[in-house]
Order: sequence, then structure tokens, then C-alpha cells
Amino acid sequence: MASSSPRHISLSVLSTITLLLWTEFAHCNLNRRPNDALDTDFSVPLEHSFEIDDEPIFRRRGSLELRAGRESGVTISQSQLSEEDRNTLKEVAAVDGLYRIRVPRVSLQADRQTEKQADGYLTAFVKACALVESHLSDVITLHTDVTGYLIGVSIVTIPGTCRGLEVEDEVDLESFNTTLTVMAPVNAPMPETALFIERLEQEMEKKEKNPQEQKSFFAKYWMYIVPLVLFLMMSGAQDQSGGGAGGGAANGGGR
Amino acid sequence: MSWLKYGFAVFLYLLQYTDAVFEDQVGKFDWRQQYVGNVRFAFFDTHSQASKKLLVATEKNIFASLNSRTGELFWRHVDKTGPEGNIDTLLVHGQDAVVVVGNGRVMRCWETNIGGLNWEVVLDTGSFQAAAFVGVQDFVKYVAVVKKSAISFHYLSNGHQKWVENLPDSDTVQYQTVYSDGQEEVLVLGVVPNSHIVVVAYNIEDGEIMKQISVEAPWMSSLEESCVVVGAGILLCVDPITVSLYTLPLYSDQRTEMNQILLQSLDLDVAPGFQPVLTATQPNPARAPLTSFFLQLGPEHHLLLQLKDGIITTLRDFKPSRLAAFATSGEKTVAGVMTPKNETACSINLFTVDTGRRLLDTTVIYHLEPNGGKPSKLYIQAFLKKDDSVGYRAMVQTEDFALTFLQQPGRVVWSREEALAEVVTMEMVDLPLTGTQAELEGEFGKKADGLLAMVLKRLSSQLILLQAWIAHLWKLFYDARKPRNQVKNEITIETLSRDEFNLQKMMVMVTASGKLFGIDSRSGSILWKHYLENIQPNSAFKLMVQRTTAHFPHPPQCTLLVKDKETGLASLHVFNPIFGKKSQISLPALPRPILQSLLLPLMDQDYGKILLLIDDQYKVTAFPSNKNVLQQLQESASSIYFYLVDSSQGRLSGFRLRKDLSTELIWEVVIPAEVQKIVEVKGKRPNEHVHSQGRVMGDRSVLYKYLNPNLLAVVTESTDTHQERSFVGIFLIDGVTGRIIHEAVQRKARGPVHFVHSENWVVYEYWNIKARRVEFSVLELFEGMELYNSTAFSSLDRPHPPQVLQQSYIFPSPISTLEATLTEKGITSRHLLVGLPSGGILSLPKMYLDPRRPEVITEQSREENLIPYAPELPIRTEWFVNYNQTVSRVRGIYTAPSGLESTCLVVAYGLDIYQTRVYPSKQFDVLKDDYDYVLISSVLLGLFFATMISKRLAEVKLLNRAWR
Repeated sequence: MASSSPRHISLSVLSTITLLLWTEFAHCNLNRRPNDALDTDFSVPLEHSFEIDDEPIFRRRGSLELRAGRESGVTISQSQLSEEDRNTLKEVAAVDGLYRIRVPRVSLQADRQTEKQADGYLTAFVKACALVESHLSDVITLHTDVTGYLIGVSIVTIPGTCRGLEVEDEVDLESFNTTLTVMAPVNAPMPETALFIERLEQEMEKKEKNPQEQKSFFAKYWMYIVPLVLFLMMSGAQDQSGGGAGGGAANGGGR
Repeated sequence: MSWLKYGFAVFLYLLQYTDAVFEDQVGKFDWRQQYVGNVRFAFFDTHSQASKKLLVATEKNIFASLNSRTGELFWRHVDKTGPEGNIDTLLVHGQDAVVVVGNGRVMRCWETNIGGLNWEVVLDTGSFQAAAFVGVQDFVKYVAVVKKSAISFHYLSNGHQKWVENLPDSDTVQYQTVYSDGQEEVLVLGVVPNSHIVVVAYNIEDGEIMKQISVEAPWMSSLEESCVVVGAGILLCVDPITVSLYTLPLYSDQRTEMNQILLQSLDLDVAPGFQPVLTATQPNPARAPLTSFFLQLGPEHHLLLQLKDGIITTLRDFKPSRLAAFATSGEKTVAGVMTPKNETACSINLFTVDTGRRLLDTTVIYHLEPNGGKPSKLYIQAFLKKDDSVGYRAMVQTEDFALTFLQQPGRVVWSREEALAEVVTMEMVDLPLTGTQAELEGEFGKKADGLLAMVLKRLSSQLILLQAWIAHLWKLFYDARKPRNQVKNEITIETLSRDEFNLQKMMVMVTASGKLFGIDSRSGSILWKHYLENIQPNSAFKLMVQRTTAHFPHPPQCTLLVKDKETGLASLHVFNPIFGKKSQISLPALPRPILQSLLLPLMDQDYGKILLLIDDQYKVTAFPSNKNVLQQLQESASSIYFYLVDSSQGRLSGFRLRKDLSTELIWEVVIPAEVQKIVEVKGKRPNEHVHSQGRVMGDRSVLYKYLNPNLLAVVTESTDTHQERSFVGIFLIDGVTGRIIHEAVQRKARGPVHFVHSENWVVYEYWNIKARRVEFSVLELFEGMELYNSTAFSSLDRPHPPQVLQQSYIFPSPISTLEATLTEKGITSRHLLVGLPSGGILSLPKMYLDPRRPEVITEQSREENLIPYAPELPIRTEWFVNYNQTVSRVRGIYTAPSGLESTCLVVAYGLDIYQTRVYPSKQFDVLKDDYDYVLISSVLLGLFFATMISKRLAEVKLLNRAWR
């Protein structure tokens, strides 16, 4: 249940908007202040379906507990698979069927459940064989929009492959080993003008401090270039007196 | 350290692309065609006999002058799009053309010779009704503009307002026309629907109301549609219900009702359900209109009538007749009538207006295009010949927005396809191989049938090749004797064949009017056209290439899906993209609205890709649909996934195909439409290749790209448009599993968003509200330092989310459209092609849009050739691929790979069409035009002989030394 840490990050992102709305609600919430403790535990059903004929019939898999207040976050609580379910799951896996999950469309802010009534569900799927072969270890991600409203759910298993391995041990299919994460939109970066200007200024300053840097290439390295040119000219002259063909090339280099 | 920095600067300097064309290359690889749009008003310049000008005002808010001898543009003025730039009316007198724009917002007067602006006045507010020239004593001096509640008078010479007066009772009376015939008064005619007509006479000099009469007309609903003025100020109206004509002398004061003349009394009948149309002509605005007029009684029935002394006489009955028009040259006015001759041709004849007599030797035969639209309007340009007889040229406008200019006896002088001013979508298709090439190809394609047969086959094909080669040589020899300019390779459909590097392709363009074009990409000449009738004006088009040219002898096949946006009902048009011919394949019945179409990579036995159409009950129709296809679909059904987008509810849903071609819902993502609205969803282009799997870092490790072919980029805009709360959302969603890979929100931003999704990156452009500037942002996705499964990509088996890098930049110009270059194998570096509203097409290296551009330069970033981060993207003038060839109102850019890896073909379309080639990494696989073959071969030969000689000399020397 490593769900709390990412939740904090996302909340800080959302805080501006949610705070704005909270201030509006604070007015009517004033009377109910003592009841805050009651609001904290709001649970949303997490349902799953795996059928041989692939007609989805959703049953309860567990529930997502939304906590409000300062330690807001989402945790998952789920029961073990019954023997009947285990067998069905294995059969579905054998015929390459799908394992689906769904959650209702709600807001992840536990305090704001009264605002909007859930209408419809968000669904996702994974191949049943992948779930079986991963021994029921899955990662469920809840995606929210800027207001904290659920917009999508995704499920992946680790590993995600279907190799056709048989899972003999019944115990491995008893309970889910689920990692729940919440993903809220990240703020896309703006063009970094401030930093760029700062850097430019720093460079300017450096140049002013160190006038040596401003000198041109030739001004700095004349002591190396001039002897080299001289040497080339000298050697060229010598060659020319010798009448070799290389003299021309050396002369050209010296020019 | 410092010299390293210097070296880096030199390197950067070398990186600056000097892509610009040389002067002698202008027009060598590129061409531009300029259009004006569907013509609404057209006037021939009758100012002088030798004038070649044709003035047109179009639906695209363009006022232009065409050369009537060649059809080319003299000049063109492009106004704002939408109702603001809409041209209400065009009046032409002498060298002045008066245009009223934007529902009476502005009135402009243009000089018609060079297109210069004489004057411009901003008119008072009020919706525009009518405008007319007003003449005094045979001389046109003023322009009268009638608005809903006022009439204003302007001098034609400078546009200054002479006077403005309110119209009486303008809240009940609809004033619709203004009439003047050179007298002291100007008349404004209005109507109270189904009650009476109001005529108000104003004094030209001071705008005083001279008189005001109202006449009973309970049958009339609109003056504009049913009335004209003929003769000396007689209003003539037609009423389709009582089937009669009404006359009213406008200058007499006593009349209180109109004089009715039953059409039956003239032995005339109106075609059932047809609204009769009256057409009169007033050759000179300072004089009264002619007494003759046309009355159209049916779709193919015109009459030339005359109204004299209150009596209507029939001058001539034209039945059948398609179109009729008046034309004036000097003092002579004639009537041109187009009559259908047979299925494919019409003839145009001239008649005198005062007697209805046919003028001899004036027949022009107009041949209808086989797959074109019907003629919709006729314009006649009359001129007096030396012997004082009347000659003329005719311009025919057709339903498919084409203009054809004809000369006696029926020669087409030029034609313009104005439908191309609004290209909706296009594809580029490879040209077929030549007959001989195809012959060789066919040899390999066929199954072996015995050794001897194979040998014979081979011999025969070699013989054909030899024959073709000799013919080619002969042609070369023959052409060499001709002067240069006569040797011109005319491109016709028969001579079309693929060139060596596949640089010449067939551009299949679909226009909003429903006309399809096949255009040769090298020259821009139209090779075929096909007009689809009964296309709703708001249809959506999707063009797909089902079979390419690569599968000889099967012809290539394109499918156009036309969908009515309102009803959602769709139809298919299947055709051969090279010849434009409609295919004979039986089409599936599509009784239900189509939600999505899907071109599968699977092929049927004839190498045609399978097209799946999903209707609103989530049933799938396959096209083509035969046993083989259905069997293939059954086999691969479990791996066919598709998605649907419902932007009104913000719902994205994924479906999987079942074996019985039904579907099942497998995932659902709902982005609440109350908060943000889905603007666009884009996948990747299916024909794009990515050459490198990753990027080599400075420390020689590899950062692998996240190359998910099923990834969708979804862009949303917030419904809240407040400056602080408005945002643009970017979602990257896997189209198979519905997994949201990445969600980002660009705050304080709004659309319009343009974006490109390719390889492992998305580039989008938006408007930053707070900083009031255009910004680009780039998202790049990487798998990380190791690949999860390097052999194949499966959306179902990628459990780890990719790393997402993002960076934003300021762009110093607004943009109209965005596209990325595309090459054959994807080795060449990518450029972004940005269409700017200024008409430039900018080729921006993708290198500048790289989220890994470092803010602080390190040894490693230098090793990687990363450009240090700068917040502003530069616009360099040499990056404009279209140098001075401005492309007006760019709406889309299409890119296609060519046979050369370095070269990408680009077509920009909007009002104009511009085709060119770009070389994002320069022409690394082509020798330059001015490559010095002589020098290199002489150097080679020289070296060769030098080695030979020196070898010989060395041998001699060795021998001599041995003897010593």
C-alpha cells in the first residue's frame, strides 16, 4: 500500500483550485465542523469481472478508502479470492480472456462527495493470464483531472507477459498484492526566461571582471601563431631553393 | 576551457542550416498556384476595347483581377476571413471598382488597372441592404448606400460623404433596393412583407425627401427576389402564386396599386415548384434600364420579353435553355443564351435585345466536363469588331466552382479550378511503373511454369527492354535536332511513370465542394478531376490509400469516406488515384451513422488493405468484404482494438473486435466536459519509420525512446476562459489499453492549439494569456536506460510508465498550422514545418525543440550536440522554404517521403497551393547540380596515369640500381 506519498505531491499541485472551492464551502460547513471526522472515511467500491464468455458481470473486489483532511489520500482494502473465483480466473486465463476492473466516477476529495453524483464508471482491463502469472500482483493507477475528479483508471501486472506458465500453487492466487497510485496532471513548464537572463547576466559580469576573456582568438594566441607561420615560411623558402614540388604547398600554407 | 568554448561556438555556427535556395533554383523544385475561391460577382472591364481585365469578388472574401486572355491573376486583395471580410457587393464603373465589405462596415474604391486603393471610408453602423451608382446628366458621380435605417451618399471621386438621411418607418419597412437613372431623384424601395411597397424619393443634391408613396402588394414577401426595374422607371415584379407579373411606374404619384398581367394571357406557364426569376439590365447607371428583360419560368426555360407602354411582348422563347445573360459593348447590348445541345455539349448564341433576332456566326460550343458540375452562371464579354458587328467571349461558371473562358467557335482559352481554394485533405500516391518496368516486375510475381516457359518469358521481356531503349535513343536523336524550346515534355496521364528517385508523385486533393483532383506533383498540372454531386456543404472527408501502386497488376485504389456532420451518415467513393476513375467494386450499404473508420495493415488476396467502419451501434462493416477478408478478420480479431471519442461528453472508449465482427467495450476514460473540452485527438502517422531506437548520451550509454505506435495525444481546452484559471490539457493515452501514460496541464494558456505527434515526442503550440505570446512546448518520452522488451512492442505488456521530459519555448510569431517532415527510413533528422499567417512556411529544426537542451552546459551535453537552452526560438530568414512565394491562409501542410532518404516532399495548402522539397539534413545522398564531373574525372584519370608512369619509372630506377 504505497499510496500515500504520490498523493501528497498531487495534492500540492491541486491545492490552488481546491482551496478556492473550499473557501466557498467553508461557509456552510461551519455548523458541521465537529462532524469532520465522519466525512473522512468515504469509500468507493472497486469492482472486477472475469467471465469465460467475456460478458462483463462486475462483482465487488474491494474498496478504495478516501480520507479527507490533512492526511488525505487513498488506500485500498480488498478481500481474498474465493476458491470458486480462483478457478474461474484460471479458466479465463486459459482461454485468453480479460480481467476487467471498474470504479465509479467520483471526486477523490472525500470532502466534496456531495457536490457531484457519480454517473457511470471508468473501466480498464488486463489479460487474465497476465494476472494469474504475476500471482495477482498488480498496479492500479487512478488518474484525476485538475479538480481532483477521477477521469481514468489503469491496471497493469508486473511482469506483464503471458508466457503460458501454469500457476500450481493455489495460495498465490488467494490475495491481491496491489500497489495503488494516484496520478494527477503535472504542471507543464513555462519558458524559463528568468533563469536564462540570470545566466546571461552572470556571464556578462564574469566578462567584465576578467577582461582577458574578451580578447579575440588571435590576440590571445599570437605568440604561438607567429612562430608557426614564420617557421612554415622559412621551410618553404628552403624547399623552393631545393626545387622540390612540396615547396609550393608549404608556401601556400605560409600565406 | 575557453578555447573549448570557442570551438563549440564554431561548431554551432557550422550547424546553422544554410538551406536557402539559390537564385537559379527558384521554381525548379517548387511551384505555387494562387486561387480566389468561388466567384460571386464578376465584371469584364468594358472601359476600353483592348482591356483584358476581369474583376471578381468571391466567397472567400477576395477581390481580384484576372487576365481574361490567360486566366492568370493580375492582382488579388485578400480580406479577413469570416463575415467581417464578406464582400456585400461589387460595383464597377470605368476604372473604379467599389466594394462594400463586412455587412456595410467599410466601403472601398479600387483602381482596376493596378489594384491600388483609391479611397476607403468606414460606413455608419447598420446592416447593409443595397448600393448603387448614381449618375447626374449622363455622368456617374455618386455612390448611394442603403442600410437598414439610413441612406448615405458618397462622392465616387474621393469617398467623402455628401449627405446621410434616415429612412422613414425603418422599423416596419424593409428597404431593399435603390434605383437611379440619371434623374434628379434617387428612389429607395422598401417592402412591408405581405402588405405594401414603399417608394421614397430623395433629392440627389441635399437628401430632402421629395415624395413618399405606398402601393398595395399583399402577395409580396421580398422585393429583392421578385422585382426588377425595366424601361424608364417601371417596377416589374413576378408572383409565383397567382402566376402573374405586376408593373408599377415609379415616377407617377397617383397609383395606389400595381397593374396585374397574368402570365396566362401571354400564353406562358411556370414549371411546377419553380420560383420565376426576372433579369433586367442597366448598361449605364446614369441612364434608364433597357425595356427588354429575361424571365426564367423553369430550370430550362427562359424568355426574352419587352415591356413597352405597359404592354408585354414576347421577343423570343428559349426552350430549352440553361442560362441567359446580358452584355453591353459601347452602345450595343446583346443577350447571350446557353442552350443544351446534347448530353455533353451546350451551345451559346447571341441575340439582339430589341428584337430577339439571332446574330449570325455567334455560336460557341461549350463541352461539359465528363465528371464536372453543371453550368450555373454565364458571363458574356461583348466587343465590337472592325465591321461594327458584335463579337464575344463567354465565361461559364459551374457548380463545382470552375471557370471556363471560351472563344468562338468553342476554343477553351483558359479554365480555373477555384474549388482548389479550399482543399480539405490530400494524399500523395506513387506513380505506377512504366510498362517495361512492370513487365519485369510481373516476371517475378508469377508462379513458375516450366523451365522453357521461364526462359522464353525472360527473353521476351529483355527484347521489350531493348526495344524501349532503342525507341528512347531514337527520340533523343530526333529531339536533338529540334530547337530547345520546342522539346517540352508534356505530362499526360499516358506518359505518367515513376522517376528514378520517386520524387514525382500524384497528389490526390479533396476539396470542400466535393471535387477531387489528381495533380502532378512536379509541374502542378491537373491530370484528372472528378466532381461528386450531392455533397452536403458541411461534410467531413477522410481519404485513405487502400492499395498502393506497388502491387502490379492490381490498380492502386483510394477510398474517400464522406460523412455528413449533422446526420453522421457516410458514403464511400472508391477510385483509382492515378486516373481518377471510379472503381466498379460493389460498396457496402451504410444505413447507420459511422463513428470511426480504421484502415488495417491486413491485406486481402488482392493486396488491398482492409477498411473497417464502426457504426453507432458498434457494429463493424468491413470493406472489401469477402470470404478471405472475413477469415483473416476472424483470425486476428483478438488483436484488433479501436477507440472512439465523444467530445461532447469528454468520453474516450476502447473496443475490441470479436470474431463475429461485433465489438466489446474494454476501457473507458471520461474527461468531464464541464471542466475541459476535448479539442483534438491525434495518433501517429502509420507510414512513419523511426530509425534509431534510442539516443546516445554523452557518456556513451543509450537512452531508449518510448515508441508506442498506439499512443494517442489528446488535447483539451478548459471551459473556464478566465485569465488565471484557463488551461490547456495534454493527455497521452494508450489507444489499446486506455492507460493514461501522461497528463500535463499548461496553465494560463488557451487555444487554438496546434500539435504534432510523432516518434516519441509531441510538440504543441498555444497562446499564453498572461504573457500574451505564442509558446511551443515539447514532450519527449523515454523508456530509460534499458529496454523492457526490445524485440516487439505490445501495449498490453509495458508495465513501467515512461519517463517524460518537457520544455517550453517562446515563439515570436502566431502560427496557422504545424506539421513534421517525413522521410523514407527516418534516418534524416526531423524538422517542423510551421505555416505562418504571414504566408511563410518555416522549416524549424526539431533540434531546437528538445527537452534535453541543458540550461548549464556540461561536457556531456556538448558531447551530445545539445544546444544550450534559450527561452526563445529563433526565426531565421533562410529557414523559410518558400522564400518569396507567399502562401495565403495556410490551412494545412502535407508531407510525404520520397525515394531519396534526404528528401521530403511538402505541400502547403490554403487559399494557395505550394509544393516543394525540403532536405532536413541537407542533400547527403545527392550530388549537387553544379557538381564538377569534368574536374573529378580528370583528376582521377590524371592520378591513374601518374601512378602508371611513376610505377614504370620506379621499376626502371630499381633495375638501374640493381645493375650498378
